Amino acid sequence: MVTRLTFAGVIARLFMWTFLLCLVVVVVYPLTWMVLNGFKTNAELFGNPFALPAQWGWENYANAWNRGVSNYLTTSILVTVTSTIATVFISAWAAYGLTRVDIPFSRTWSTVILGGLMLAPTVALVPLVKMFQGMGLYNTFWALLILYTAFRIPFTTFLIRAYMIDLPREVDEAAEVDGASRWTAFWRIILPMCQPIIISVVILHILFAWNEYLFAMVFTSGTDVQTLPVGLTSLMSKHGTDYPVVFAGMVIAALPVVILFFACQRYFVKGLADGIGK
Amino acid sequence: MLLTQQSRPVEGVTAALPAVAPSPRAPKRITARRLAGLAWILPAVVVLAVFVYLPLAQNLGFSTLEWDIYSGTQEFIGAENYQRLVADPIFWSSLWNNILYAVVSLAFQVFGAIVLAAVIESIRHDRWRRGLRAIYFVPSAISLTVAGLLFYFIYEPNLGLLNHALDAIGLGAWAQPWLGQESTAMMAIIVMSQWQGFGYSTLLFAVAIQRIPSELYEAAAIDGIGAVRRFFTITLPLVREMTGLMIIVTISGAFQVFNEVMVMTSGGPNNSTQVLGTWLYRNGFVRNDFGYAAAIATIIFVITLAIALVQLWINRRRRVEW
Repeated sequence: MVTRLTFAGVIARLFMWTFLLCLVVVVVYPLTWMVLNGFKTNAELFGNPFALPAQWGWENYANAWNRGVSNYLTTSILVTVTSTIATVFISAWAAYGLTRVDIPFSRTWSTVILGGLMLAPTVALVPLVKMFQGMGLYNTFWALLILYTAFRIPFTTFLIRAYMIDLPREVDEAAEVDGASRWTAFWRIILPMCQPIIISVVILHILFAWNEYLFAMVFTSGTDVQTLPVGLTSLMSKHGTDYPVVFAGMVIAALPVVILFFACQRYFVKGLADGIGK
Repeated sequence: MLLTQQSRPVEGVTAALPAVAPSPRAPKRITARRLAGLAWILPAVVVLAVFVYLPLAQNLGFSTLEWDIYSGTQEFIGAENYQRLVADPIFWSSLWNNILYAVVSLAFQVFGAIVLAAVIESIRHDRWRRGLRAIYFVPSAISLTVAGLLFYFIYEPNLGLLNHALDAIGLGAWAQPWLGQESTAMMAIIVMSQWQGFGYSTLLFAVAIQRIPSELYEAAAIDGIGAVRRFFTITLPLVREMTGLMIIVTISGAFQVFNEVMVMTSGGPNNSTQVLGTWLYRNGFVRNDFGYAAAIATIIFVITLAIALVQLWINRRRRVEW
């Protein structure tokens, strides 16, 4: 496509690029500032916020690590991994049951499972706290695992179901003729065929579980069961004046997802598009 | 030759299928086999029933109680919590803050994002397009908590970037405690939220724009139609579906705001940044007024459900199958 270079065109293009690059600065500069502050001393931080650190103070990272961030990171990884596995399997089973198995009242069950999409987690907060206190699960790892799984099943099932429903019928029939049980057909044939959507839902769930704040804040209080988002705020309130350590903690919390994003950008974009496009 | 021979048995199997399994959609009788199929959905249904639907129903009941969770006293007071709600000025200012959030987010994260995505997609070099989309997305990958804390420091009067930057360009008189005063705190939070979220919706709109056949743009360009008109006559109508969806998602999200407010101001100063979510939290978990918190939760439930039903209704009109 060749466009003629008119004066107005040049001005428009100049304006456009100025705008786009300004926006890049608006995004990148605060992030850079955050990373740099993680290396500064407190005095430097309060002195000139634009200056580079005189010395690269890795000890802030070590301090953050020792003041709980290692615990928060472990919990975050544990909760993210386990709830991803639980959510994806339970949802994939449900999607299989709803789309490829002849079950009584199939439509009703679809409504029950997918209807959960419409409910905001805030709404169930008060009764859930009472329930988890009663079950002795309050302030445990299990509370987060259960909640992250339960509240993401509708969305995850919705996405997998939309994909499974388009797989050809003949696949199941052929499997049946070959004498495969439903269980084998699911694991060996249907689930592998769903690989693209599984990658998408895994990415979406990781992003959710890693960053979730509401449940994590209400249901956990001890350093050993808090995830990174809540841990960062307690780091802030406990060591309120030692800001560089807080910045170091923020960098540690942000880095894994940013790396994940850049490492598998293609899947990531596809996942987000699947998440909302359907 | 070999190929056809190999494919024959397979054909044979599929052809024989009706004879082997004559799957007629027989009268829907409940057989043991069909019941066994329920095992597939059982885990999902049980988990949802116990941890999503049951609490939701309980919440309605709780909202009719006067309930102190620590002393354990519960008393039925009917609609009194809702009457208190109507008379509570902070409930109304919270609701207003949610609405403000929705309006600003619609402007930036829906309409601003469409324009930005169209501008990015009009760039000829693929590397620049991908690079810009990725850079703009980074704030969405770091959590709202990290972004909130970061902006807490940016707004901070002593070490904050914002006041120092204003100083540096000679606008030092504009420097103020952005989060510390009622007049600017809510807007400061909302601005942070736009910073954090615009890249995400831009990315989604970019994906939608990529699906538009490029011939449309080429034909329009040959006809001498300018970029602005191409945007209004081609891009905007053809991403309408995504736009509709994003509007719903954005509004619904705006009524569930919690994380960034909690991290940046906890609802202060003087409750000026309370939103429904944080006001619920404060009443339930700081003041131990669980019944009142449950009443606020019911309001959030009604609003978000109404938005979801609107979306459902729009979807139904577009497609028969949900």
